[in-house]
Amino acid sequence: MTSQEWKFTTKDIAEKPDLFLSGHRACAGCGPATVFRLIMKATRGPTIVTEATGCMEVVSSIYPYTSWAVPWLHTAFETAASNASGIEAALKIMKKKGRISQEHVDVIAFAGDGGTYDIGIQALSGAVERGHDFLFVLYDNEAYMNTGIQRSGGTPHGAATTTSPAGKVIPGKLEYKKPIADIMVAHEMPYVATASPYYWKDLITKVRKGLEVEGPAFLHVFAPCPRGWRSNPAKSIEYAKLAVETCVFPVWESVNGQCQLSTPSKLVALAPQKKKPVADYLQGQGRFRHMFKPQGKKLLEDVQRITDERWERLLKKCGETPKTA
Amino acid sequence: MQKVVKQEMMALAGDQAVAYAVKQSDVDVVAAYPITPQTIIVEKFSEYVADGEVETEFVCVESEHSAMAASISASATGARAFTATASAGLALMHEMLFVASGCRAPVVMAVANRALSAPLNIHGDHSDSMAQRDSGWIQMYAENAQEAYDSIIQAFQIAENLDVLLPVMVGLDGFTLSHTLENVEALPDEVVKEFVGVRKFPNVLTHAGKTAPFKLDPANPMTMGPIALQNYYFEFKRQQEEAMTNALNVIQQVNSDYAKISGRSYGNGLVEGYCLEDAEVAAICLGSTAGTMKTVVDDLRQDGVKAGLLKLRTFRPLPVEAIRSALENVKAVAVMDKCMSFGGNGGPVFHEVRHLLYDVASRPYVVNYIYGLGGRDTSPSELRSIYENLQSILQAGRVETPIQYLGLRD
Ligand SMILES: Cc1ncc(C[n+]2csc(CCOP(=O)(O)OP(=O)(O)O)c2C)c(N)n1
Ligand code: SF4
Ligand SMILES: [Mg+2]
Repeated sequence: MTSQEWKFTTKDIAEKPDLFLSGHRACAGCGPATVFRLIMKATRGPTIVTEATGCMEVVSSIYPYTSWAVPWLHTAFETAASNASGIEAALKIMKKKGRISQEHVDVIAFAGDGGTYDIGIQALSGAVERGHDFLFVLYDNEAYMNTGIQRSGGTPHGAATTTSPAGKVIPGKLEYKKPIADIMVAHEMPYVATASPYYWKDLITKVRKGLEVEGPAFLHVFAPCPRGWRSNPAKSIEYAKLAVETCVFPVWESVNGQCQLSTPSKLVALAPQKKKPVADYLQGQGRFRHMFKPQGKKLLEDVQRITDERWERLLKKCGETPKTA
Repeated sequence: MQKVVKQEMMALAGDQAVAYAVKQSDVDVVAAYPITPQTIIVEKFSEYVADGEVETEFVCVESEHSAMAASISASATGARAFTATASAGLALMHEMLFVASGCRAPVVMAVANRALSAPLNIHGDHSDSMAQRDSGWIQMYAENAQEAYDSIIQAFQIAENLDVLLPVMVGLDGFTLSHTLENVEALPDEVVKEFVGVRKFPNVLTHAGKTAPFKLDPANPMTMGPIALQNYYFEFKRQQEEAMTNALNVIQQVNSDYAKISGRSYGNGLVEGYCLEDAEVAAICLGSTAGTMKTVVDDLRQDGVKAGLLKLRTFRPLPVEAIRSALENVKAVAVMDKCMSFGGNGGPVFHEVRHLLYDVASRPYVVNYIYGLGGRDTSPSELRSIYENLQSILQAGRVETPIQYLGLRD
């Protein structure tokens, strides 16, 4: 069944057994945990998962327990994509030699923003260039959470982390979030998409598409972390919605280089008056608290401006004519 | 009884001999990255792939770190995996070497031994692999291209033995072996294929409560490379040490099994003694130096000196008993290190050999010779001077300079 005919209704989802099992040690309200559970719901058959060091690896594999109902391998922090390369190569040749029984096995690599934007980008770029058939999932909680909320290349401008604290002179992270999905599109790979767990159907459809594509696929998933964002654990999914509505994290996909907004962002593009101010999203997150003090005004304006500029660029790329509210 | 098979004499440089052995060993995945003096291995193997002569997935990775990660993951998936590197490449793999052994991935790797930067130097010494001696890998060192060929084939059998399940690195001296053409007797393809066989897996208990082969298989999901904390980590490490101990026997067994088909053996597989029976003075070395040393010993014997040589073929696991008994009657021993352990009071082989001799009934004098760093040539006359020094130690009844540098500018 291809994703075109694939109707993943709420009932289907509920009935499909979990492959990322409960009992893991993630914090209450952990966005990545929800993301993982949803993604594993979208698998289509025999699957091997490999994962970079990070929160999700640590919470799901504490020996002698596991949350994984599929074969799963962790080796190191920077190796999600190189692990996937080796697994895929092994499956290919062993299939040829008749040493495995399955007709096909999907390979999924998970990594956090640290394991993707920063330390893992070389292995990722190499694996994609070589064209291995696998789905790489970046779960982006926008900092190194496992080691105590340090900044990464995916931490947004202005956010306070433990290595980019909001101090008296420097107001949080000065640099901008690296446009990682664009970097992956520039690899001319068959499938790149961004997704948010609030729009769960969009997310799992993209997972399925990424698996169906022959060759490498990259999925960038927004994953709120209440612990690191100093936000209310009950609101993680709400933030996942607000990030899309404010265009801080638009959802789109690029199929063979053709870029297209996905429905939730498309609706914003069609009705610009519905585009919410970034403050709606930033407010309530402790990491942005300093932006809402008098001296944070300029930073807040900056974030709005950068968000708007990036959104305009995306609209152009997707062939949408920017409309003003 | 198996019979020694007819073999083909080929002119091969050490690197080519390694590539040829890999070609014959039914390897599923090769993931590697080029670095001098290992390059020929990757290039030669790429030719085999391009010409359709092997049934192997060749993953031409973007770094040695990824080479090792991909080798581990391929191995975890059930494949027979091989890689090769040297010097900086091995150093870049450092983190992953521990992961390979900790995951019990029986990866085989050739290391064309080369000096480490800085200053940059592409020539042979043992700094690269010695720096990895605590990474949980079995380490073997070849004396010549023939031994490199034979050891690679044996390495798969050793690594994949169910009592071992540890990665194996086979060292061959950069340029001296990697790039020097020698006569190599190669076994027929089908003989090697039968010798290495198909990978076997131990049965382990899965989380679902079933017993299943230890590999990533969707039919029997298994969590590999987990986090293990204060309550379990230590046991994992202790098991690796047990596997190392088991490897002592397995290496000997494989050495003698291999001798039955090839007619070649390397001592007992762990160490190889040369003229040691009645030797009073002896040197211990690893790698290509052993070849030169043997001619030096021959010359000394002609001159009536009771000289001997112990070639350390296997450095990890350290063959403690084999070394002790080989040196039983020797009165003065020179341990040769093509590597430095800065500030460590001698080189690594010296540390270990002297330490294992502490418990013997009558301890010989032990001195350390550091030599050949950055590929510096060591002449037979310099090697001869080592034995002369051992003789004067015996005469004087004491060691004046325990750590010496051979062929070094003043
Ligand atoms: C080579 C290496 N450097 C540093 C670390 C320490 N470390 C482990 S996880 C981690 C951060 C993970 O961040 P991310 O990928 O964003 O995942 P998260 O924990 O946020 O889910 C770091 C720095 C490591 N394990 N390995
Ligand atoms: S720190 Fe964040 S990402 Fe990590 S388990 Fe907690 S909520 Fe999840
Ligand atoms: Mg993170």
